Amino acid sequence: MNKRFLLLAGLAAITGAGLLTGCKPKQLIAPVQSGVAEKVYVAPGKYDEFYNIVSGGFSGGVAIYGLPSGRLFRQIPVFAQHPESGYGYSEETKPMLNTSYGTQVWDDQHHVGLSTTNGEHDGRWIFANSNNSPRVARISLETFRTEEIIEIPNSSGNHSSPFLTENTEYAVAGTRFAYPLDDEGSNPDVPIASFKDTFKSVISMVAVEPKTGRLSIGFQILLPGIDIDLARAGKKKSHDWIFFSCYNSEQAHTLLEVNASQKDKDFIVAINWKKCEEYVKAGKGRKSRNPYAHNVWDEHTHSAKSTILNEVTILDPTELKDIVYLMPCPKSPHGCDTDPTGSYIIGSGKLAAIIPVFSFDKMLKAIADKNHEGEFCGLPVLKYESVLHGEVKKPGLGPLHTEFDGKGNAYTSFFVTSEIVKWNIETLQVVDRAPTYYSVGHMTVPGSATVKPHGKYAIAYNKITKDRYLPTGPELTQSAQLYDISGDKMKLLLDFPTVGEPHYAEAIPAALVKPKSKKFYKIEANNHPYVTKSEKDARVVREGNVVHVYMTAIRSHLAPDNIEGVKIGDEVYFHVTNLEQDWDVPHGFAVKGSGNAELLIMPGETATLKYVPGRVGIAPFYCTDFCSALHQEMQGYLRVSPAGSDVPLKFGIGETAPTAK
Amino acid sequence: MLLTMNPHTSASSSNYSILRSFAAISLAAALAFSLTGCGSKEAAEQEAKQAPSPSDLAQNQPETHGTEVKSVELTTPLKQDWVTAGKGVYDMKCLACHKLTADKLVGPGWAGVTKRRQPVWVMNMILNVDMMLEKDPEAQKLLELCMVRMPNQNLTPEEARSVLEFMRSNDGEK
Repeated sequence: MNKRFLLLAGLAAITGAGLLTGCKPKQLIAPVQSGVAEKVYVAPGKYDEFYNIVSGGFSGGVAIYGLPSGRLFRQIPVFAQHPESGYGYSEETKPMLNTSYGTQVWDDQHHVGLSTTNGEHDGRWIFANSNNSPRVARISLETFRTEEIIEIPNSSGNHSSPFLTENTEYAVAGTRFAYPLDDEGSNPDVPIASFKDTFKSVISMVAVEPKTGRLSIGFQILLPGIDIDLARAGKKKSHDWIFFSCYNSEQAHTLLEVNASQKDKDFIVAINWKKCEEYVKAGKGRKSRNPYAHNVWDEHTHSAKSTILNEVTILDPTELKDIVYLMPCPKSPHGCDTDPTGSYIIGSGKLAAIIPVFSFDKMLKAIADKNHEGEFCGLPVLKYESVLHGEVKKPGLGPLHTEFDGKGNAYTSFFVTSEIVKWNIETLQVVDRAPTYYSVGHMTVPGSATVKPHGKYAIAYNKITKDRYLPTGPELTQSAQLYDISGDKMKLLLDFPTVGEPHYAEAIPAALVKPKSKKFYKIEANNHPYVTKSEKDARVVREGNVVHVYMTAIRSHLAPDNIEGVKIGDEVYFHVTNLEQDWDVPHGFAVKGSGNAELLIMPGETATLKYVPGRVGIAPFYCTDFCSALHQEMQGYLRVSPAGSDVPLKFGIGETAPTAK
Repeated sequence: MLLTMNPHTSASSSNYSILRSFAAISLAAALAFSLTGCGSKEAAEQEAKQAPSPSDLAQNQPETHGTEVKSVELTTPLKQDWVTAGKGVYDMKCLACHKLTADKLVGPGWAGVTKRRQPVWVMNMILNVDMMLEKDPEAQKLLELCMVRMPNQNLTPEEARSVLEFMRSNDGEK
């Protein structure tokens, strides 16, 4: 009886589990074929073939993995504080997180773009967006550090970003959460229900200086209040154009889940950025005067500087009639992807059961023929049939994003049916499909964003992890999956966990990045205002209640390591210079009770920790990064005396340390 | 010529077995490549002329540690501009661990070093510390004494030579 009950209970549990996970694909066990292990095995001490540059989602940074192993190498802090390295805590890095709203300690990092020259990866920079407080960042592929962040004024919900133009002329940004703008470009206090009259969306073209990568807001394009979602620039013949998907052409401002899903079609917004550039040069457009921050890292002062700027040029396409055209696209399109030839634009209506493929040639013809089906808020809407190359019929449910292998195939991710569908761009026929575990969002085929995809793999970045790993309570790791796409059939090779929710990612051959990787910063070139280039110059200087500690770190001592004469009410700045000049010898620095993060100081670098003593007594400090056999000895003492005490300022190390007398 | 140098790499005996066990995998990789390669012969040749392919890079990673110094020529009197330059390098990159007296700090004091050691030994200790700690019994004795591997401070051969001149000056040579 008992046995039978257990059996029944077991069956019920299995059925229940089946019901609960009803949107999983039918196969519950991954169809992994034999012989895949050697395809992803990178032996100890050997290198991966690709760098996988993956957005970190709500971790606020970007993460670097190796492919095919899926090993995590590094998290690059970008839009969020990172106590592990002191990013956003050290005096030098605090300005990186400045915005017109003041310091933003966190953001939501969605997409990355790798710089290209003539449409091919050049291994110079990673660009990254933040969605919450709109910003675009540039990260060096030599140092894997954030070098620059520019805020996007007049915008919110910067989702369709940073997607680069073919020659990295621009990174782009677009408004996902339409937002009130008036003629002064300000953000006025208006009723939310005035949406249709007062809310606007803008596309921002963030210009990239070709040599230095330095960012500036080139210009903005004013659009009606719609939710700009994703973007891709044209390539080759479509080089001058960039395409954005949008949803909520219903212009709803509440319960968008229902109210923004009413119309049969929303739009792909086609923008001729080259023509926009000409108009800007000719002095067209009006000036907006909203403040925005521009934060730049200087590798020689090892410090960031934040500047608040106030002016951008806004072009109005209802006045400049030949810069913006709308292509109807079924059902709240998400992905908007251009193929490597620049001939096709694939819209993925996330609520549609087809994938529409638009033809760039047909679009130009429809524009020339004025083949309009009407207007939307004063913008020309081209006829759907006139711009359509064709539709992929019944590919699956919930198409989101499409990647390309450069051999005429497209790979579209399907969220609802949890699969990757491979189809032929010319014939629009589905040629293969592979399940993902579970609910794939973005996908990467190495080099898909370029004119010359590297192919070989597809990586699925999944939205749901469920039972794929050992459970860790309610909060699970995020997950990615690697597929071999070199043959006719896609083959699942590997699951690997990721940091934060992974959105878009790119992959680049190691050969384009590895040889340029910086090993250390030259101490001779260190122009930090508080650098200490020789241990004999290590010292403590009092300026009123501000105390500057000029400290050096080398295996394995900090100098000075005995400091007296600091008092309650002082502000102490530890400016620590790492005197090492070899690869992989960072030193760390932390002080007891500081209420601050640690510093992680690379060889040749200077970094500053602010410490406001809160208690009388001895505050030990030490090196936090195991650096040598005598690392444990790399420690020191700071004596904190009461406010107003007459303990003189003394400091030293070894023979120069303060004595008992 | 004051210096004679030979590139010194460490992809030597200890790595050999690893390399050999990889031959099988690289062969498999090569086969996979030839199977998936669809370009013409010319295209393949053109590709071969370009930078190393990712799989080459993944298979072949000799680590170059530095350039071994084979001989050093000393001249008298000392070159005073080298002594000055050497003092500058010492202040920035050596002083934290080496005193100019005979007293040990982190590493040995420098007084008398040019009497105890051959110029070539000093130069290689500065420029090729990994090689010295691997091969040289005297360097190994010092590691046992100091317990900290001497950092490679990435001096150029010219800078190292100026440090040697400064050491000679510190030892009383004119």
